Amino acid sequence: MSAKSAKMRTTYREAIRAAIREALLRDERVFLMGEDVGRYGGCFAVSKGLLAEFGSERIRDTPLSESAFVGAGIGAALGGMRPIVEIMTVNFSLLALDQILNNAATILHMSGGLFNIPLVIRMTTGGGRQLGAQHSHSLEGWYAHIPGIKVLTPATLEDARGMLWTALEDPDPVLIFEHGSLYNMEGEIGGDAGAVEISQAALRRPGSGVSLITYGGTLGKTLQAAEVLEADGISAEVIDLRTLRPLDTRTIIDSVTKTHRAVIIDEGWRSGSISAEITARIVENAFYELDAPVARVCSAEVPMPYAKHLEEAALPQVTAIVAAARQVMGRHG
Amino acid sequence: MNLRAKDSTPVLQRDHGLHLLREMLRVRRFEEKCAELYAAAKIRGFLHLYIGEEAVAVGVMQALEPRDAVVATYREHGHALVRGVSAASVMAEMCGKVEGCCRGRGGSMHIFDAAARFYGGNAIVGGGLPLAVGLALADKMTRRKQVTACFFGEGAVAEGEFHESMNLAALWGLPVLFCCENNLYAMGTALERSESETDLCLKAASFEVPSWPVDGMDVLAVEEAARQAVAAVRSGGGPYFLEFRTYRFRAHSMFDPELYRTKQEVEEWKKRDPIPNFEALLRGQELLSEKEMEIMETEIASEITQAVEFAEAGSWEPIEELTRFVYSEGPRP
Ligand SMILES: Cc1ncc(C[n+]2csc(CCOP(=O)(O)OP(=O)(O)O)c2C)c(N)n1
Repeated sequence: MSAKSAKMRTTYREAIRAAIREALLRDERVFLMGEDVGRYGGCFAVSKGLLAEFGSERIRDTPLSESAFVGAGIGAALGGMRPIVEIMTVNFSLLALDQILNNAATILHMSGGLFNIPLVIRMTTGGGRQLGAQHSHSLEGWYAHIPGIKVLTPATLEDARGMLWTALEDPDPVLIFEHGSLYNMEGEIGGDAGAVEISQAALRRPGSGVSLITYGGTLGKTLQAAEVLEADGISAEVIDLRTLRPLDTRTIIDSVTKTHRAVIIDEGWRSGSISAEITARIVENAFYELDAPVARVCSAEVPMPYAKHLEEAALPQVTAIVAAARQVMGRHG
Repeated sequence: MNLRAKDSTPVLQRDHGLHLLREMLRVRRFEEKCAELYAAAKIRGFLHLYIGEEAVAVGVMQALEPRDAVVATYREHGHALVRGVSAASVMAEMCGKVEGCCRGRGGSMHIFDAAARFYGGNAIVGGGLPLAVGLALADKMTRRKQVTACFFGEGAVAEGEFHESMNLAALWGLPVLFCCENNLYAMGTALERSESETDLCLKAASFEVPSWPVDGMDVLAVEEAARQAVAAVRSGGGPYFLEFRTYRFRAHSMFDPELYRTKQEVEEWKKRDPIPNFEALLRGQELLSEKEMEIMETEIASEITQAVEFAEAGSWEPIEELTRFVYSEGPRP
């Protein structure tokens, strides 16, 4: 093994930082902007140290003006730059939704193909940290509704490290959703880990009895559920979607064609969610392969409550995933 | 009600002076306890302390009547206490108990209370301003001589909602008292690094909203300014903007490494701590004895102990109730 490819320990947070750093070194058009990315070191400490290394031109602290700085990112991309815009939390991205939907996602089309927007927007998503109803939602599925943008949801260290560069090379706007519970995730990664492709879902665990389809913050819980199921004699396959738009329908259908059963795990609210879209695709493409109705484990349809026990009850949990899988396997009790 | 004679020597009524001191101390001691409970993991999520800024909420609330309304931010424990929400119900809320003012659904950042006309606890920066405009609009349309006091940090003036709300309130002549708590930093971003025009009163003036800056470390100055502004607003003169110059002694929240300011700066501001300074003033005028101070501390400590006991003895809302309060239960008047 060469020194370069030797394994190294890292965290999800550090992997993203390394990716941003690499991008800044590699392409002088790249810059990072967002609230408290500089002096403060990033609200989740992702960009810590970057201001000292790259200076305030390229690590730009912005005022609390989500609509303006996201819009400015779109403009800067039009002007030839390669901005990485950080929004603290998905709930705050709603202040910039107009810019994302009405400008970033549409200008290429409205201009008849004249102007593309090579912009990357990163933000934190998800619950589980008792942050209540204005800081905890999972709206990436909503964003996946919008043609014209790509939606990435890194769930592993490799994807945290690698998706950013691929996103920056994309000619169109890419949104990256980092689940807040993942920043401290620690593990080993190849010393030469780098860009990853973003067009395909990944098989994280092969199995033959049921397909557990998930992404982002619920991948870990889903893998745990697969282990519990294995102890119970159920072989579960785990698919990590990685990219919610465009959705890799092929991998989903191949898996379901093999297992004939599917459970979708999604931290978004059930109604009108990405899990609903996946269900529809399975039904459209593999209806006759199914041995049981598709099941879903989603967040309860409430704004996120603060109290720990209520928040836990509102979010998808391992026990619920196991129960849903057992149900589609026809196991009861 | 003249608190200061023309030569600005305070003319204080003893009872009132003691009341102001007591209220500031209550808030301080309450929050010191909150920090302890946070360290003990009884309170979770984000916790934003108001320590150092107490004179603002205490001074402004003196000018409000029970019929008036208050809109605040995530840094609102002090406002809620001074407005009359009991320490016990706020503490229980922060501990996630069903006995809390919002049944543990809101937490530290989302305190609401109907009797106190306390409309949150808003954790989207700038998100409370339009609500205040609407509350005032309802008062104006029903010819109620009520005032809505809206608190927000100086960071919020960068949001579009600040500008849109100021304009609407001024355009429609609405009874809003805009209370900007300028503690110089929005998380790690200093005012001069986020605003091209750092004179906040000039911004208000551009909307034709009368405004002035107030020493937010001096509870008497705050009260006087608020009384005059509230009188003008209540008499139908339209909105008012007060900029309270203050400082937070603690970190932004419990996750803040404070890389953006020096210890020395914090120590300098602590010399202007509103509580010991006001205590000294009362003593100088022989309005407060050592003994009375001790009694006051004891009474406050006992109120807080009881609040903690109440919270700890509280119960968790049954999980079966998770999906309540998404829609109203039955008709409302
Ligand atoms: C729209 C929005 N953007 C960002 C945040 C994250 N955030 C929470 S508090 C805060 C700083 C706000 O500063 P300021 O308005 O001055 O009030 P302070 O916290 O100093 O009381 C930020 C950036 C948020 N809650 N809402």
